[in-house]
Amino acid sequence: MKIIIIGAGKVGYSLAESLSKSNNDVIIIDKNYAALSKAEENLEVLCIRGSGVSTSILMEAGIDTTDLLIAVTSSDEVNMVCCLTAKKLGVKFTIARIRDPEYAKELSLLKEELDLDLIINPEQAAAEEIANVLNFPIAINVENFAKGRVKMVELKVTEEMGIIGIPLRDMGSKLISSILIGVVIRNEEVIVPNGDFVIEENDRIYVIGKPSNLYNFCKMSGKCPQKIRNVMIAGGGRIAIYLAKLLSEMDIKVKLIEFDREKCIQLSELLPEALIIHGDGTDEELLKSENVSDMDGFISMTGMDEENLMSALLAKQNGVKKVIAKVSRVNYINIIKSLGVDSVISPKLITTNHILKFVRGNNIESLYRIIEGQAEITEIIADSASDILNIKIKKLGLPKDVIIATIVRKKEVVIPHGNDIIREGDRVIVISKNKNISSLNEVAANSAGGF
Amino acid sequence: MNFRVVSRILGMLLVCEALLMLPALVVSAYYQGTDIHAFALSILITGLVGAPSTFLKTGKKSIYARDGFAIVALGWILMSFFGALPFFISGAIPSFIDSFFEASSGFTTTGASILTHIEDLPRGILFWRSFTHWVGGMGVIVLTLAILPSIGAGAVQMMKAESPGPSPGKIVPRVAETAKILYGIYIMITIVEIILLRLAGLPFYDAAIHTFGTVGTGGFSNMNASVGAYNNIYVEIIITIFMFICGANFTLYYQMLKGDLKAPFKDEEFRFYSGVVILSIALITINLYGNVFNSLWESLRHSAFQVVSIISTTGYTSTNFETWGMFGKIILLMLMFVGGCAGSTGGAIKNIRFMLLFKVMKRELLQIIHPKAVYTVRFGSRAVDEKTISEVLGFFFMYIVVFIIAVLAVSLDNLDWATTISSVAATLGNIGPGFGIVGAAGNYSSLSNFSKIVLSLCMIIGRLEIYPILLLGMPSFWKRINI
Repeated sequence: MKIIIIGAGKVGYSLAESLSKSNNDVIIIDKNYAALSKAEENLEVLCIRGSGVSTSILMEAGIDTTDLLIAVTSSDEVNMVCCLTAKKLGVKFTIARIRDPEYAKELSLLKEELDLDLIINPEQAAAEEIANVLNFPIAINVENFAKGRVKMVELKVTEEMGIIGIPLRDMGSKLISSILIGVVIRNEEVIVPNGDFVIEENDRIYVIGKPSNLYNFCKMSGKCPQKIRNVMIAGGGRIAIYLAKLLSEMDIKVKLIEFDREKCIQLSELLPEALIIHGDGTDEELLKSENVSDMDGFISMTGMDEENLMSALLAKQNGVKKVIAKVSRVNYINIIKSLGVDSVISPKLITTNHILKFVRGNNIESLYRIIEGQAEITEIIADSASDILNIKIKKLGLPKDVIIATIVRKKEVVIPHGNDIIREGDRVIVISKNKNISSLNEVAANSAGGF
Repeated sequence: MNFRVVSRILGMLLVCEALLMLPALVVSAYYQGTDIHAFALSILITGLVGAPSTFLKTGKKSIYARDGFAIVALGWILMSFFGALPFFISGAIPSFIDSFFEASSGFTTTGASILTHIEDLPRGILFWRSFTHWVGGMGVIVLTLAILPSIGAGAVQMMKAESPGPSPGKIVPRVAETAKILYGIYIMITIVEIILLRLAGLPFYDAAIHTFGTVGTGGFSNMNASVGAYNNIYVEIIITIFMFICGANFTLYYQMLKGDLKAPFKDEEFRFYSGVVILSIALITINLYGNVFNSLWESLRHSAFQVVSIISTTGYTSTNFETWGMFGKIILLMLMFVGGCAGSTGGAIKNIRFMLLFKVMKRELLQIIHPKAVYTVRFGSRAVDEKTISEVLGFFFMYIVVFIIAVLAVSLDNLDWATTISSVAATLGNIGPGFGIVGAAGNYSSLSNFSKIVLSLCMIIGRLEIYPILLLGMPSFWKRINI
């Protein structure tokens, strides 16, 4: 597929990286010389310097033979104009990043009028993700599949969980029958476990299953999920606005700290249900006087990664159970997690995942990537073109590091065993390591190829 | 520096070179020359030296700029070294230094020779000599990138270090694809020229030899008197046109193939290059008419051939320009510094750099008239980045510095002015023949061994555009921890 990305910023760069690695021809257009030369030196992409709005630049990039244009510059307006121009010049699909809350209300109108195929609002997506995590507070991360009927949670294994030191197959039916431990991360290495695998302390595990079964699993393993009733947010940016609205819908009380007085006034107008505090979110005295230690959750999302980290650590030290930090620079995520912050949210990563899901194809319903794409969890709808319908899974001969994690069939959620089969119309959740899967046939093709 | 990755790719390069010797082996077998054993042995040695390091496990480490430059610099020196083996082993060139000179002259598409009696040599050897032009013209590394499975994103570093021009670009997103397209165009041009030369009356063998010399802008011939030996007007016209084509940017031909037939005329560098060629031909023709040749046609024919041959850095000769007036010879000497376009197979400083230098000159002067004015240097319709400009200025200075140092070294031979200066200009710019002893009718055999080594290095330095080889001399380039 030929893809043009306009804007070589963080999102543009990471998109270009994953898209070019999965065999797409990627062309990046940007005005900034430094950003372009970084992409040119490190990635297998073609860089063109200029404005993505300009017709001649788009023509030079061969817009008429391009399949997809992704506009991720810092300006919403530029992104929209780029997509509009490109569509007129003959590109098949366009994706625009539009992040201003003012536009957010008009998204469906914009989408129709500008003939956009996908609009990404990273702030809103991030807010939704945070709300998800708060809904399931013991998890580091929560991901929804099959429209929420299946969830995947990332958990950190602690001593009291009682699953350490036992091979997965001996873990006992009551504990593990209805859920699946799909991926284990140990020392930054991604492992797709088999029955003989033994979990150790400090591993991070990804557990997939029906939400109710996941709750049970957590209860049994001694991690009792507790509902979050009130949270404190440091930083009143766009994500905070979206998040505060979402949380008040979930009956969670919000206390919001913002440094800028003008902004505080705007926020209090916008968010009548939240308590707005004017002050510095990294000031321990302020946090204490606003009794941070009684909060169930603390989310730091100012514009500065460093401040977010500091205030998250302060909150953790003061005994907040669930601490989430927003981080823009993706490289820091693992360091920050190791410092004790419960969850880290990166709007850039979320944006990348959304767009990749779109690029991967129509059959892909959801896509979740672990550690820069080392492992991927893909939700695919089985259509009549799939080769692996109605064959017992044990006969498919799936390659190593690929597992079929869940099959969702109408009301039923199946954690498949060797004798289960995939039928037409099923939603199949596949876990794969070091391999991009964009259709069920690729799962089958694997088996025909090497095994 | 990542020594494992570097040695693995160098190993691949040598294996590639061994494979490249196979056509010469076939030619030599076809003509039942005495040089078959020399090729067989050279292939064996090159392959055996290269093969073990290709099995090195390199892990997932990527190639950074430093590694790319090391691969290119060391790669070209090694290529020339092993490329010299057939000459030396077959006994065609008894001295190894001479063989090395001839091989580097071949790979760098210089065309400077130390051979005095070319016609007496076995045909396999002569084929190999010219075939190195063909390979070196588009680049050995580019060839390796095109054939081998992707080395990864770092490959662009190597391509940048090898390709001529200030900002060599990919024409499609993937390096390997770009390399394949470039070689595709290159092979097409080669086939067309062989057919045309064949139609003009050259034997197939001679047509192939001169095509390799032309499209690689090299200049090795199988005749002592170069193209002049045939005294065939059609051959001269065909070679002139193809030398001109190969001195221009190959990306333009890709755009033409994609349907943009006017692409060359839209390109500012190509117009500059054509302008310089036409102006030089006109000036020399006027100068020659009545002085050296009696007919205007004769003057035009030889001035056009020589001008295009020198500016494209090929170095074929149709006549002995040693007998021309000083004006014509000085123009040719100046053209030796100009060279071809970026992205061509030609050498020297390149037209685009001269254009940018002139534009910077104009800007500096205007800046005095309007001290507060802000001028951007433009190329085509785009503004040129200040970093690129300072790189061009730096390159120009380095080129001159290398030139002066090499002239100083060659001057130890105590030869005349013309020989000393033109030998360095002609090797550093990858042209081939100079003036005086190394002129159109002469060769480099009478120079001292020291000068030959200096000039061999000049050829490689010039082909790789100064930076890679100079970097090898920087101590901090080699250190693992370089602070």
